[in-house]
Amino acid sequence: MAKYILKRILYLFLTLFIIATITFFLMKMLPGTPFSNQNRLSPEQLAIVKAQYGLDQPILIQYIRYIGGLFQGNLGTSFQFNNEPVTQLIGQRLAPSMQIGAQAMILGTILGILLGAIAAIRKNTWVDTLATFVSILGISIPSFVLAVLLQFYLAYKWHIYPVALWDNFQSSVLPTIALAALPLGNVARFMRTEMVDVLSSDYIELAKSKGNSEWQVVVKHALRNSLIPIVTIIGPMAVSTMTGSMVVENIFSIPGIGEQFVKSITTNDYPTIMGLTIFYSFLLILVFLVVDILYVLIDPRIRLGNGGNE
Amino acid sequence: MDKILEVKDLHVNFATYNGTVQAIRGVNFDLSAGETLAIVGESGSGKSITVRSILQLLAKNADINKGTILYHGEDLLKKSKKEMDAIRGNKISMIFQDPMTSLDPTMTIGKQVAEPLLIHNKVSKKEALGRAEEVLRLVGIPNPKERMNDYPHQFSGGQRQRIVIAIAIVDYPEILIADEPTTALDVTVQAQIIDLLKELQQKIGTSIIFITHDLGVVAGIADRVAVMYAGKFVEYGSVDEIFYDPQHPYTWGLLDSMPTLDTSEEDHLNSIPGTPPNLLNPPKGDAFAPRNEYAMQIDLEEQPPFFKVSKTHYAATWLLHPDAPKVTPPKGIQKRFTKFKKLGDNI
Repeated sequence: MAKYILKRILYLFLTLFIIATITFFLMKMLPGTPFSNQNRLSPEQLAIVKAQYGLDQPILIQYIRYIGGLFQGNLGTSFQFNNEPVTQLIGQRLAPSMQIGAQAMILGTILGILLGAIAAIRKNTWVDTLATFVSILGISIPSFVLAVLLQFYLAYKWHIYPVALWDNFQSSVLPTIALAALPLGNVARFMRTEMVDVLSSDYIELAKSKGNSEWQVVVKHALRNSLIPIVTIIGPMAVSTMTGSMVVENIFSIPGIGEQFVKSITTNDYPTIMGLTIFYSFLLILVFLVVDILYVLIDPRIRLGNGGNE
Repeated sequence: MDKILEVKDLHVNFATYNGTVQAIRGVNFDLSAGETLAIVGESGSGKSITVRSILQLLAKNADINKGTILYHGEDLLKKSKKEMDAIRGNKISMIFQDPMTSLDPTMTIGKQVAEPLLIHNKVSKKEALGRAEEVLRLVGIPNPKERMNDYPHQFSGGQRQRIVIAIAIVDYPEILIADEPTTALDVTVQAQIIDLLKELQQKIGTSIIFITHDLGVVAGIADRVAVMYAGKFVEYGSVDEIFYDPQHPYTWGLLDSMPTLDTSEEDHLNSIPGTPPNLLNPPKGDAFAPRNEYAMQIDLEEQPPFFKVSKTHYAATWLLHPDAPKVTPPKGIQKRFTKFKKLGDNI
């Protein structure tokens, strides 16, 4: 397996290189320039500024320079944010986004698995109906609506959690809940469907015939077998939770990375766009690798690489 | 012989969208220590439901609405969930039909075989696994020590059925319920599994209830046979009595549709015409009457009681009533009668 993971990491870098190349040329096709008050600059001034940022060179030269920097771990400096290096910019803003994203995923997945499992075990009872209702709410209420509601009641009216800003764990609670609703709803729905299926399978009947109680059957046999398809949806969901947190970050005034991304696109901040795209791609590929490893851990029938010859 | 299990007047209904299906309509039988009882019948006759009622492993819409199931004189139907859990896999265990789907795909077989021991006995994990290894060797899994850590998908169908059997016998149950354990296997493996069951029965002295629709399999393993049709037993007796002195026209039909070594090229295998009745509205009379070429008027009006043929042999057909006209059974069955007479003469 170690060999397989190593191979996957190699592919990861190759993929990142291709993504960087495509993004670079697509980005250059964006209309406008990074200079906000361009029409007030004289052509001479513009030429000086362009030369300063290396934008006077042919696109191919710019590309080679950028990739060269990339190989040395240099993502360049931002055009907009005080000439800060992009790596530093991402570093500073990454922590809050990753924290609420990861917390929301963990919370949503665990609660979703529990909710779905309970709904399946108590199929066609009021418990099942309630669980279905909750998961549909989770899926259909947009995270920003939930965020505003949470902010209004739990922070503004009842003063349980801070209204906004990024300070300590307390300030991450409300954005985490707001973001957890969607994964919770999705996981619960998939879990219920899968668990209902698993609970009616032959090996569950055999497990019952061994003298396992209803709960022992669920914990020892049904749960693990129901998790297999859940892993599939968790990967892409994790990425969208971590990247799609922008609006929620905005509502709670959290200095996260999502906000940065949008700003950099509207201002043609080339190095920041490139840096963030590469970073997000890296995250996505990494999550897929983790998902594949999770599959192997959960389902012994799946073997990585070599068609099971390991 | 001690009767360890007595099923009396068992009725099981299923609530469906179309109404109540009366799947089991009054089944009576008993089981003695160490014996093998085979229950035969076509699909949907209620064989599986009968034995699943014993372990109460029925679907949620099932309702055992009448009858008693006495295990050592205690009614299993009156036991609590917890008490039933203590009996399942320990006193009474079950072998399932399809080995390809009956094992947990994500658990090593060592753990799966050891599981009943850990549930029912105060043993350490190590002891349980050691015992599991022993039992795997007993059921004929080669290199059990190395294979304990393998998963079900790494075994063939026949081997998986051996593992399913190992799970069922690991805690030395008093009663082993085998629900069509050979149906999903090919013929050569079937014979191996039957031999294995016979061998295990001698070693651990368990009683077996063997469900099958294959009369050929029955001859090889059973002491007694019960023939089931449309939720009722229609005939039961010793293996010889059922095979060579059958009395019920349904049993005749079953036997006549089975090839034997005597079947020559000129003979053709018979089939029983028609289909079993819909148990949403069971017929008033004998359920088999519409398919029975020997049916009389009374068969359509009243259900036949069991008539005694011998001390061990009973059949529920009006043909055995003293007033019934003599009928000539099919040629194949007459041959069987002749054999039965010879058997009797030899004793």
